[in-house]
Amino acid sequence: MGRIDDIFSNLRAENRKALMPFLCAGHPTLEETREAILACEAAGASVIEIGIPFSDPIADGPVIAGAMHEALGHGVTPAKVFDMVHSVRGETGVGLVAMVSYSIVYRMGDGGARAFIKQACEAGFDGFIFPDVPAEESDELVSVCDESDASLSMLIAPTTGGERFKEVLSRCRGFVYLMARVGITGTATSLESDGLAERVAAIRELSDLPIACGFGISSADQVREVVRHADAAIVGSALVGRMGEAKDPAAAAERFVRELATGLA
Amino acid sequence: MSAVKQVPDARGRFGAFGGAYVPETLMAAVHQLAEEYARARKDPTFQRELDGLLESFVGRATPLYFAERLTELARERAGDKKRGAEIWLKREDLAHTGAHKINNTIGQGLLTQRMGKKRVIAETGAGQHGVATATAAAHLGLSCEVYMGAEDVRRQRLNVVRMELLGAKVIPVEGGSRTLKDATNEAMRDWMASVESTHYILGSVVGPHPFPMIVRDFQSVIGRETREQSLAMFGALPDAIVACVGGGSNAAGMFYPFVEDASVRLVGVEAGGSGNGLGQHAAPLSFGSPGVLHGSMSYVLQDEWGQTAPVHSCSAGLDYPGVGPEHSYWKDCGRVEYTSINDDEALEAFSTLAHREGIIPALESAHAIAHGLRLAASMGRGSRLVVNLSGRGDKDVDEAARLIAERCR
Repeated sequence: MGRIDDIFSNLRAENRKALMPFLCAGHPTLEETREAILACEAAGASVIEIGIPFSDPIADGPVIAGAMHEALGHGVTPAKVFDMVHSVRGETGVGLVAMVSYSIVYRMGDGGARAFIKQACEAGFDGFIFPDVPAEESDELVSVCDESDASLSMLIAPTTGGERFKEVLSRCRGFVYLMARVGITGTATSLESDGLAERVAAIRELSDLPIACGFGISSADQVREVVRHADAAIVGSALVGRMGEAKDPAAAAERFVRELATGLA
Repeated sequence: MSAVKQVPDARGRFGAFGGAYVPETLMAAVHQLAEEYARARKDPTFQRELDGLLESFVGRATPLYFAERLTELARERAGDKKRGAEIWLKREDLAHTGAHKINNTIGQGLLTQRMGKKRVIAETGAGQHGVATATAAAHLGLSCEVYMGAEDVRRQRLNVVRMELLGAKVIPVEGGSRTLKDATNEAMRDWMASVESTHYILGSVVGPHPFPMIVRDFQSVIGRETREQSLAMFGALPDAIVACVGGGSNAAGMFYPFVEDASVRLVGVEAGGSGNGLGQHAAPLSFGSPGVLHGSMSYVLQDEWGQTAPVHSCSAGLDYPGVGPEHSYWKDCGRVEYTSINDDEALEAFSTLAHREGIIPALESAHAIAHGLRLAASMGRGSRLVVNLSGRGDKDVDEAARLIAERCR
């Protein structure tokens, strides 16, 4: 069993919910991302999503896209992200999930996903989110993640319905990524949680996997609302934005995650 | 492997290329579009309505025109009495709004109505697709917003004014390289948030399935007419056809009906820009390798890490790091040859066509003219070459004048 499964089964055993912050690797710098990983863990994060910077992140809003462009501007590459993760892995038990565009995965593998996934797992990543790979294109990802004991979180959107719902769920490993709303990351100020309870219930009928819910979550109140139904709340743009403005990004991350974590209680 | 017309398959694959690499949010929309298109394709009412608009509103069929003085020039350059093909121009520049783009926007506009959506969005580079989308939207009573890179807003001002006159809102995109790629990102982001009420009228044969197929089919009217006109006028098919390739919609529409006519040589011309180094051109088929961009697997210009490379072309409509998956398929099958023409050659052809034929071509189409002239000079006399004149150059006069003045200094 992989680390992500262990983390969620421990949380379940203790009847606790999880906070899952998102960090853009290399924003503001890789060293600060490293510090922020440790800071987020100290503040109560169970799993951390690490976004690998991509030049054209179509699923991301202006905050995360801007952070990615900034990171690329000072030369962040997947290899450097792997080195950073490798260096922090020994110091933390937090789950580390890479969010990465298939463009990067395919290029590194010279025509397949294997090289990327293997190298990422060797560096210390525990799982993956490929935001631009729908179920139809995911066969190889599923089998390589299974071989590597890595989690694979396919996205479930509000527009995912019917038969497709089952198909997407059957390809998830570790946890399910439920999008709270349509759109891109980081744009909603009020969370439309209408229907969240029903959607979570629909997933639970088909799957035992933990459900992490994200997109537009930026306050402890919203975290509270989400984890009433789901198992974990994902916070991305709100955190990335604060880190971008802070003098000490890791300290800002720790403060904000600590505040968000009050929503778990 | 010989290229066939029965592509893509149900999953949107043209051989190894194509597919749909988009966020889950968009899958319902692309499926809805594929299903609606499948129904429309079989619906004679839809076809009648489309054909009627293409005739009365767009002004089709566009002429196949014998460029006599351009042919003379090719013969002079051949310097050999046995060489110098006739050059014929497929006059898409005479279509309403001044380019082939309208063929697709009318078709997708009608699909939008069928899906019960009231708003359309589009990306645009040179502004031709934006203008064509705004035009179709005005005609069909749809609201319209167009994403355009801030750099392109500057160099294609005329088209910005046209879109606004047509009632569309133009949204300048400041992110990334501020050109077509970034406008496409923003349009996709808009669509992810608005998918239930909005159709994204993609302007080229790129993006996730079913867009490459739908855009190709709507643009295939160019090749079908050329085929019929050739048979009627010469009693034979052309010996060669040349078209410029950015995303590749005019070329796909021109080539597709000829794919299984082995006697017809098909040549796609990419933007060679200012040099062969990464960042100096916009020629993924000539210099790139397979990868994923904007929803499909195709040749693309990326760095070693899969990051989209910067591109350059004097022509905003060709200034794009990717290309339609069917072109990648045709390249790998060997059915279509791809080459490139640089900025200087395109600018020269821009002036040449104006002087020799009284036609100011779009800078995009000038790339095809430049290569067409060269190819015609090498072909036997008595053979015939068709160049797809995909658009007119009014939008380019300021930029071309600036570039020509720069080169004279």
